[in-house]
Amino acid sequence: MSAPTVAEPATVTLTLREALKQSLREALIADDRVFLLGEDIGAYGGCFAVTMGLLDEFGPGRVRDTPLSEVAIAGAAIGAAMNGMRPIAEIMTCNFSLLALDQVVNNAATMLHMSGGQFNVPVVIRTTAGAGRQLAAQHSHSFEPIFAHVPGIRVVAIATHEDARAVLRPALDDPDPVVLFEYPRIMTMEAELPVDPVPVDLSTAAVRRPGSDVTLITYGLTLHTVLEAAETLATDGIDAEVIDLRSLRPLDDATVLSSVGRTHRAVVVEEAWRTLGVGAEIAARVTEEAFYDLDAPVERIGCAEVPLPYAKHLEDAALPQVPSIVAAVRRVMHRG
Amino acid sequence: MTRQPPLVAVARSRDLDPEHGLDLLRTMLVIRSFEERCVELYSAAQIRGFLHLYIGEEAVATGVTATLREDDAVVSTYREHGHAIAKGIGLGPIMAEMLGKVDGVSRGRGGSMHLFDAATRFYGGNAIVAGGIPLAVGVALADQMQGRDRVTVCFFGDGAVDEGAFHESLNLASLWQAPVLFACENNHYAMGMALERAEAQPDLALKASGYAVPSWRVDGMDVLAVEEATRRAVTAIRAGGGPVFIEYDTYRFRAHSMYDPDLYRDPAEVEAWKRRDPIPALAATLREHGHLDDDAMAVMEAEVAAEIDEAVAFAEASPLEPLEDLERFVTSEVAP
Ligand SMILES: Cc1ncc(C[n+]2csc(CCOP(=O)(O)OP(=O)(O)O)c2C)c(N)n1
Ligand SMILES: [Mg+2]
Repeated sequence: MSAPTVAEPATVTLTLREALKQSLREALIADDRVFLLGEDIGAYGGCFAVTMGLLDEFGPGRVRDTPLSEVAIAGAAIGAAMNGMRPIAEIMTCNFSLLALDQVVNNAATMLHMSGGQFNVPVVIRTTAGAGRQLAAQHSHSFEPIFAHVPGIRVVAIATHEDARAVLRPALDDPDPVVLFEYPRIMTMEAELPVDPVPVDLSTAAVRRPGSDVTLITYGLTLHTVLEAAETLATDGIDAEVIDLRSLRPLDDATVLSSVGRTHRAVVVEEAWRTLGVGAEIAARVTEEAFYDLDAPVERIGCAEVPLPYAKHLEDAALPQVPSIVAAVRRVMHRG
Repeated sequence: MTRQPPLVAVARSRDLDPEHGLDLLRTMLVIRSFEERCVELYSAAQIRGFLHLYIGEEAVATGVTATLREDDAVVSTYREHGHAIAKGIGLGPIMAEMLGKVDGVSRGRGGSMHLFDAATRFYGGNAIVAGGIPLAVGVALADQMQGRDRVTVCFFGDGAVDEGAFHESLNLASLWQAPVLFACENNHYAMGMALERAEAQPDLALKASGYAVPSWRVDGMDVLAVEEATRRAVTAIRAGGGPVFIEYDTYRFRAHSMYDPDLYRDPAEVEAWKRRDPIPALAATLREHGHLDDDAMAVMEAEVAAEIDEAVAFAEASPLEPLEDLERFVTSEVAP
């Protein structure tokens, strides 16, 4: 066996949860102002085991277990951010983030503008979303669009290991509030990654699969369903481009529009409710900016307009699935 | 820690009516056996999602509901199988709900965490910590405003006391003298968070009394003490005396949920509490007074096992909700 002539970057196999942890760990090492706070993040190791071991490494001053007090967690993180710290708050799931929403919307998002530019809020809030585990209507919803509706905060959906591995650096560098959505269902998924994180630009969408016939636009958990649908479509001779929006505020129109300019067809897929969702916004922007490029109306697939049910057959029926995505693509290809 | 002894600690076994004592024992046994069967069904993947067991805490639901009238209301949490059974909901429909079937109390939409039953005035399992507490104030207020002498019992955990909703609700109920029993099941942990780590003032009854709500603590492992204390409270509430808070000192023998590796509790602590298991404790009292012997116990156990078998058979035989009905009950079906 001969030695390779070009040194390959060293790689490592990580679960998505480990990738997130590495990112948090490096943030804690790099900057003394960074600290974590949230429910069961310390001694318990995190509801989804993302922060496991960090308490031992960094101590209770920087990895702070909190009582069940979402509004105080968010508010205290915002206040600390306004006064020189770089807090990373964890709200177990976005279902409970509704308790914190007042602080995020009325304080974090408004502060800079309301104070005439005096107080910026460099806070990072991590939370989780996504269904598919039969957890019913108070543990399954996707509230990314609720947060993305609000000017003044950046909203990022972390669907890949690469993003998970690198996300905290740019999130902490942002002088303004950043809300990060993570997805428990893919936490144990493994991928091979470079040992050193590859910097990620949180403002841009990422093309996860190049294609020429149709543009599939998605974010978060459904990226994986959409990629699967794209493979199914490929066997049928349809070459789909898959865009992971990644940032829901701001939205990267340029990547979407340039893709649709080539494929002339778009389907948006999300797990949040369809009505007034991200799909509605993308469809509107494509229609405004690229109407004459389109060969078919933009299709939107989202959650059925119901609180998510427990029973598996009902939950499956409510959520975007490979067959429903394939069917929508066939419609925009006029091959229904 | 400055904990006072329970206000009502003495089991009134002297005055124990044998038939009533045996009823209490049977109810606790039904709850225990029902949940043990649920564990088997979970392992067999017939029950999915979250499953929070009440094993160890049966004396609270049993003793509290023994003091209620049929038309009194219960508002509960995600750890509510015991409350639902004790309130008199049929085992078959509860088990069918666990299996996601159409004959389940919530037609399979709720699952383990969302048992509802209008007929027995069971206003639901709520999976947002403290989410049921404000609701209970409203349910009770409605009875008060409509001149009905009914009582609403609101069950919640020690962790719920961390939430703002608890404090706002106690104050409101006290101001309005709403007929609510705030039944705090202090099992000393909120997931992995020990009470002493979450509360600057861990005396929960003292905290509640800060809202001018009469507040007691009782041994929650002693069903007779639970019943005695609760009866006094319910009598006072029904007579128009306003809300009462009772802290039931108890313990869950199992992990927080089926997902929890339970690494945060000292096994010796768990074993110590198991020695105070409320079921053998009451059985021993009944034996002492000659109301129970081995044969009678064996008969009761066999009868309870048969009841559970019947519930499982009912649940397994029940069909699933037809898919066409997915979007029913999002809004009311009566014409506006
Ligand atoms: C608002 C909210 N925050 C967090 C959670 C996650 N969670 C579910 S149960 C639980 C612990 C609650 O503890 P406690 O109130 O003591 O009740 P117990 O489970 O001990 O019966 C937590 C943190 C939730 N469901 N809702
Ligand atoms: Mg508890």
